[in-house]
Amino acid sequence: MAEYSLKTPLSDGDVERLKIGDAVRLSGVIYTARDAAHKRMVEGLDKGQPLPFDIKGTLVYYVGPSPTKPGNVIGSAGPTTAYRMDPYAPRLMEIGMKGMIAKGKRSDAVKEAMKKHKVVYLGATGGAAALIAKCIKKCDIIAYEDLGPEAVRRLEVEDLPLIVVGDCHGGDLYIEGRKAWENKA
Amino acid sequence: MRTVKAEAITEALAKVAMNANYDIGSDMLKAFDEALAAEKSEAGKEVIRQIQENASIARRECVPYCQDTGFAVVFAEVGQDVHVEGNLTDAINAGIRKAYGEGYLRKSILNDPIQRKNTGDNTPAVIHYDVVPGDKIRLTYGAKGGGSENMSKQAMLKPADGLEGVKKFVIEAVSVGGANACPPLVIGVGIGGTFEKSCILSKKAAMRSPHHRNPDPFYAALEDELKDSLNKLGIGPMGLGGTVTVLGVNIETYPCHLVALPVAVNINCHADRHGEMEL
Repeated sequence: MAEYSLKTPLSDGDVERLKIGDAVRLSGVIYTARDAAHKRMVEGLDKGQPLPFDIKGTLVYYVGPSPTKPGNVIGSAGPTTAYRMDPYAPRLMEIGMKGMIAKGKRSDAVKEAMKKHKVVYLGATGGAAALIAKCIKKCDIIAYEDLGPEAVRRLEVEDLPLIVVGDCHGGDLYIEGRKAWENKA
Repeated sequence: MRTVKAEAITEALAKVAMNANYDIGSDMLKAFDEALAAEKSEAGKEVIRQIQENASIARRECVPYCQDTGFAVVFAEVGQDVHVEGNLTDAINAGIRKAYGEGYLRKSILNDPIQRKNTGDNTPAVIHYDVVPGDKIRLTYGAKGGGSENMSKQAMLKPADGLEGVKKFVIEAVSVGGANACPPLVIGVGIGGTFEKSCILSKKAAMRSPHHRNPDPFYAALEDELKDSLNKLGIGPMGLGGTVTVLGVNIETYPCHLVALPVAVNINCHADRHGEMEL
């Protein structure tokens, strides 16, 4: 288990050295999108429309924050469960997305696409939404404002605490971690 | 006949709902301390430490513990000697509207399951009414997160499946869905009744403190046994592998038909936000 401090955008080299179980502190710019935004982005791509942000080297965070209290940067902002984005994620990997931040198991198709396009899946602690909000220094809604909590936001993050749960070598911590700890309680 | 004003119910419920979303409560904090002591994996311990720090930030700054502030589920025990001045269901929904609006809680409720337009105020709540003796109104509020709810399961087992069938079903539900439901989890199990009754029992169980055992020693022992079995699955905090997958298993039961053995598993995440009020 190694520890890395990474800055966005990520290169193939950054992604390749990450292995499941590694701890990552992520800083830089990431974008939020979840169910409805993914659907809209991928439908747009199918019609030849560009994404609302430059996806090359970037990471997409699956989150729908709570409303922002006056004086705060963002509301509570923990990860949502990733499998609902599985039908869309490979399409975004094809055009340069380098990472996904969320929680929960992924489909085989997503894991295959991660190997092919060198993409990392980083797990944030679900429910630790107030803690994660502390790492978000700037937040701007840049697209699909009508989707409310599901609008696409540009976030500037500092030392966001993450764990590599899926690497680009086929590693899956949801499988390996469980195997290692089965019948140990 | 005692009279309670609808506005008083609205005000009190709004406070309970807001507070439950900011302050996870001493029973859950105690469960996190126990989980940290019991967890053997490093990744699992780190997750539990983050959960503890998150709880203290949320409480201190009055911000939601989790961004998914849930479906508002309310168990309403209404004393038969109480007269509500106004409309009780409206009063409960008004309390939820007030809490989610003034409390900066996320509005996650859609007007229709297929047409999917946000109602904008997190109403309506799901309300389970029960008429009870006395002249009080007791409301138990839970903020039920969508991710863990999605991992819940119900089955109409055969009577021949018996106790072993129930155990197998509970373990299978957590084995398949547990990692996605933000463990460490509180597992609510409803056994008996009809199809819908088992589900309501499982919800009631999921909203119970993980430290309160079923008063029937047979089921209390089953709760402990299932907790041990589920922690042996190895799923661990956030599914990263570890020895604490569940904080507790709560069982609620009801008599059932001679041809039936309904069982429902309602999974609650570590953000098991609940609160009570009595008027």
